[in-house]
Amino acid sequence: MADQPKTAEPGRARLSPRKKQQVTRGVQYVVLALALVAVVLYADWGSLAENFAKIDVAKEALPDLFTVALRNTIIYTVGGFLFAFVFGLLLALMRLSQVLPYRWIAVVYIEIFRGLPALLIFLMITFLPLALPGFQVPGGTYGQGILGLGLVGAAYQAEVFRAGLQAVPKGQTEAARSLGMSATRAQVTVVIPQAIRMVIPPTTNQFVSLLKDSSLVLFLGVSGEYVELAKFGNDLASQFANATPIMVAGITYLIVTIPLGYLASRLEGRKGRTR
Amino acid sequence: MTHAIELRDLHKYFGQNQVLKGIDMTVDPGQVVCVIGPSGSGKSTLLRCVNLLEEPTRGKVFVEGVEVTDPDVDIDAVRRRIGMVFQQFNLFPHMTALENVMIAQRRVLKRGKKESEVVARENLAKVGVGAKCDALPGQLSGGQQQRVAIARALAMNPDLMLFDEPTSALDPELVGDVLTVMRKLAEEGMTMLVVTHEMGFAREVADRVVFMDGGVVVEDGVPAQVIGDPRHERTRAFLHRVLHPEG
Repeated sequence: MADQPKTAEPGRARLSPRKKQQVTRGVQYVVLALALVAVVLYADWGSLAENFAKIDVAKEALPDLFTVALRNTIIYTVGGFLFAFVFGLLLALMRLSQVLPYRWIAVVYIEIFRGLPALLIFLMITFLPLALPGFQVPGGTYGQGILGLGLVGAAYQAEVFRAGLQAVPKGQTEAARSLGMSATRAQVTVVIPQAIRMVIPPTTNQFVSLLKDSSLVLFLGVSGEYVELAKFGNDLASQFANATPIMVAGITYLIVTIPLGYLASRLEGRKGRTR
Repeated sequence: MTHAIELRDLHKYFGQNQVLKGIDMTVDPGQVVCVIGPSGSGKSTLLRCVNLLEEPTRGKVFVEGVEVTDPDVDIDAVRRRIGMVFQQFNLFPHMTALENVMIAQRRVLKRGKKESEVVARENLAKVGVGAKCDALPGQLSGGQQQRVAIARALAMNPDLMLFDEPTSALDPELVGDVLTVMRKLAEEGMTMLVVTHEMGFAREVADRVVFMDGGVVVEDGVPAQVIGDPRHERTRAFLHRVLHPEG
């Protein structure tokens, strides 16, 4: 280039990039400080503590918080996850099938169940006995919750599995087939185990999603021994006209979801080394 | 005598692209045949047609007298008798070396666990990686991986072996180990069809060398003739490029 960059000219009054950055950062700190001052000045701390962190009310939540609510959340989530895992794998295999109608069925299912709000699925499940007279979801309330989570989870898990199956190099199938394995045998022995290993991190994230979605069981109209964390917190909150139980339920979710999130990212980091 | 492999008027298209343009070729039991030629000449496709990893568009493939291109043939049964070694090894990364060599014995030949393990250890020792039984493929060098892959194929007691550029993905200092194993196999009388760029190996080990270019067999004969005294200009030009890469 013929002429030098203009910023290098000494006589100019413009700020150097470094100076500019310092000013920008300074402004950011000032905004933050003002926001903090506003919160401290205007928030009614007494009222907040009274409504969201009342120790007496929090104590009322024990021990049922863990022995009933968390336990049920885990039952719904693990049940729904197992359903989603198996059905999702089936859908992924259908999605990649040589048989065109299977592909269509899988695509239609996946698109519908990923496209609808999970809440809607739960609402529909409550109407199943009306639509199919005499039909009962096996397992009662647990069954309904697990079915709802499983149907939704399977659609997402199917896409996770599809990515995993497609990421297994073609040479793996070729090696298996050249040893005389049938197509099915090669899938079961060689491709699927590798695909499952590859999708462990995204599957952990799926589990966390399902754990959060298990709160939708609330809309199945469950009660008593079937309540999970969200319903439990909500019921107690109504009873005491105080939001503390909801906070407590929220913290309980976080105790489970945050470690799982870290686990997922650690597994993600390790994946690079195993292959 | 039945040929180990016989290709009759083999044609292969990938879409509009014709890769094989009428190949006729035989390999007899106990023979070592090396296929050489420039990249894109169709050598790998030809090899992959033998065990039907590629479906020929036209023509017939016979293995030990059985037409494998016949839709009624049990291709899995035919493949059991054909060992295959790939350029990229294609070991199963989730299994140890030992498990790699055992799995097809167990699942395909239905051999018992003990017997499979004995056979696996024998073959791993034979190819010089007996000490690596418990290693995962990711922990092995390319040369070791390729030798495990050879052991995996040998454990099925194949009648013939296909090698698809077995040393092309290896670091130069590891090529020798793999070639030594292949040479030993040849000396034991294994029928081998080898796609390779290793001219020294082809010259010394092969009974016949086939030079392919542009989807046809240009020259087919003993190494001393095809490599030592090629008749065709295309063979001469190719060999010159391979043997004198810097002109």
